[in-house]
Amino acid sequence: MDNNLKKINIYAVYLGAFLLILPLIAFFINAFSFRWFYPQLIPKELSLQAWVRLKLIPREGYRSLDGFLDLWLSNPTIIKALVNSVTIGLIVTVVSIIIALPAARVLGLINFRFKKIIIFIMVSPTILPPIAFVLGLNINFISWGFSGSFWGVCLVHLVPIMPYVVLTMTGIFANYNPDFEHQARTLGANKFRTFYLITLPAIAPGMVVAALFAFLVSWSQYLLTFLIGAGKIMTLPLLVFSTASSGNPALTAAISIVFIFPAIVILFFTSKFVSGDSSATSGFGKI
Amino acid sequence: MGGDKLKIVLSLTPPLLIIGTLFFGGILYGFLQSLGYQPAIQKYDINFDAYYNVMFSERYAKLFWTGLGLNLWVSFVSTFLAAAFALFGALAIRKTFFAKKICNFIYSLNLPMPHLVVAVGMIFVFSQSGLLARFFTQIGFISSPSDFPILVKDKYGSGIILAYIWKEAAFFFVILMSVLQSLGENFEELAQSLGANKWQRFRYVILPLVMPNLFSASIIVFAFSFGSYEVPAILGVNYPQMLPVMAFEFFLNPDLNARSEGMALSMIIALIVMILVVIYFRLTQSKIRKD
Repeated sequence: MDNNLKKINIYAVYLGAFLLILPLIAFFINAFSFRWFYPQLIPKELSLQAWVRLKLIPREGYRSLDGFLDLWLSNPTIIKALVNSVTIGLIVTVVSIIIALPAARVLGLINFRFKKIIIFIMVSPTILPPIAFVLGLNINFISWGFSGSFWGVCLVHLVPIMPYVVLTMTGIFANYNPDFEHQARTLGANKFRTFYLITLPAIAPGMVVAALFAFLVSWSQYLLTFLIGAGKIMTLPLLVFSTASSGNPALTAAISIVFIFPAIVILFFTSKFVSGDSSATSGFGKI
Repeated sequence: MGGDKLKIVLSLTPPLLIIGTLFFGGILYGFLQSLGYQPAIQKYDINFDAYYNVMFSERYAKLFWTGLGLNLWVSFVSTFLAAAFALFGALAIRKTFFAKKICNFIYSLNLPMPHLVVAVGMIFVFSQSGLLARFFTQIGFISSPSDFPILVKDKYGSGIILAYIWKEAAFFFVILMSVLQSLGENFEELAQSLGANKWQRFRYVILPLVMPNLFSASIIVFAFSFGSYEVPAILGVNYPQMLPVMAFEFFLNPDLNARSEGMALSMIIALIVMILVVIYFRLTQSKIRKD
């Protein structure tokens, strides 16, 4: 009896895994199929048509290195969106880490008055929905001249990312022993060398995880980019959204695959850091 | 000590400045606008008209209250089902069996997936010409797309719920796995040796041990699904409409007077999330203390 139950359990786990991966399978079928009509389960013809229409892959006969370069350098929307998404993500990640580093150190190592209130203020953007602040901020940004600007979008991406990077790094510094720095200093190392040789190696693993997920949070931001970018800053989530609304499944699937690619890569690299104890995980709630 | 103070202030100022001006500034300005303060169209008087209009005027009341109902329904159901699904998965995957590692990976695969993509994926899988409908046609279960239930863009928010389950189950799963791993199997073995059966071991040993983490994860998931825009925008219908979508549409309305209503709505959403989070904290704190 107990054995049968176990078997049923395991089949249920397989079924669950199958259901969970089904959307991913559907993306790939849609993106590489041609005239995939109902009720075919498997497409009769495979095709790169969606990718050609997306202008990521050149037409047949032009698929040489030059062909690819010509196509990409003609700056189609998908390339524009990709470049914007990557640069905004990188800028925001670096800036947030630089700003969070000293703050997290103070919060992790020193006890002082109002610390709880300050932490509460910092985490509040993780609980309250973005729509609560972005509508008002949008009007402010228009009057400050940030609306529709690249830097305005970068700035607003800092709001969901900042709390999360500060929290993750505070966790790292809470388990960090600054005595080694004193030793290095007494042995004659200057501030920069001490940071580079002592502090950085100690906090690097956690910092990399924080950075990767900061990038992902920026990467998947739709509402903030749409409102603050005022439609002028095209990023991948905006492209996914508008294509999905226009109802071309093959094209939507192809863009979605481009869009989820870094997410899967990052999961591969960080799966051993991603556990419930690390505050890194809570950041995922915001993606 | 004086140096320390300066250091604290200098280090904390930049992130506080960003969150203070952009986040709290945005909320404050949104709140002012919801009260009718709109310098752009020469309106400076302060009143609660927008709140009244949204909640009680003949034009919007029905839309608002059905939307609120849908919001609560979607958030509660998806949070509960995602947690249950993940708990089942995590408990089963602890045991050794064939392809355990692959299952483990697949169950956490949706964790870094953007919500937007999960929502699109639901259309591909659950729409009437989607993967599942095709599958059931092939095995002869149904004969035409219209035989397949409307699960995407339906008025009960099924598609939205499914998307949140897909996405958040992974979040719950990862958290549960690490709690279970750190607990080990000692407690269960002890309970078993004392004669507890499978259900008793689950109800009185495992559940109380994972409950604190499960609850705090649920707060995040609940708050997120209550206020998020993308998923209901893609998988929802015009009526009933979830509140974030409604707020956004008010805001995009070319009529600038509708802006106040949009702001009022976003304030209401934020307030409800805050109240629910506080209640939730109170409840779980007292519950945990009792246990």
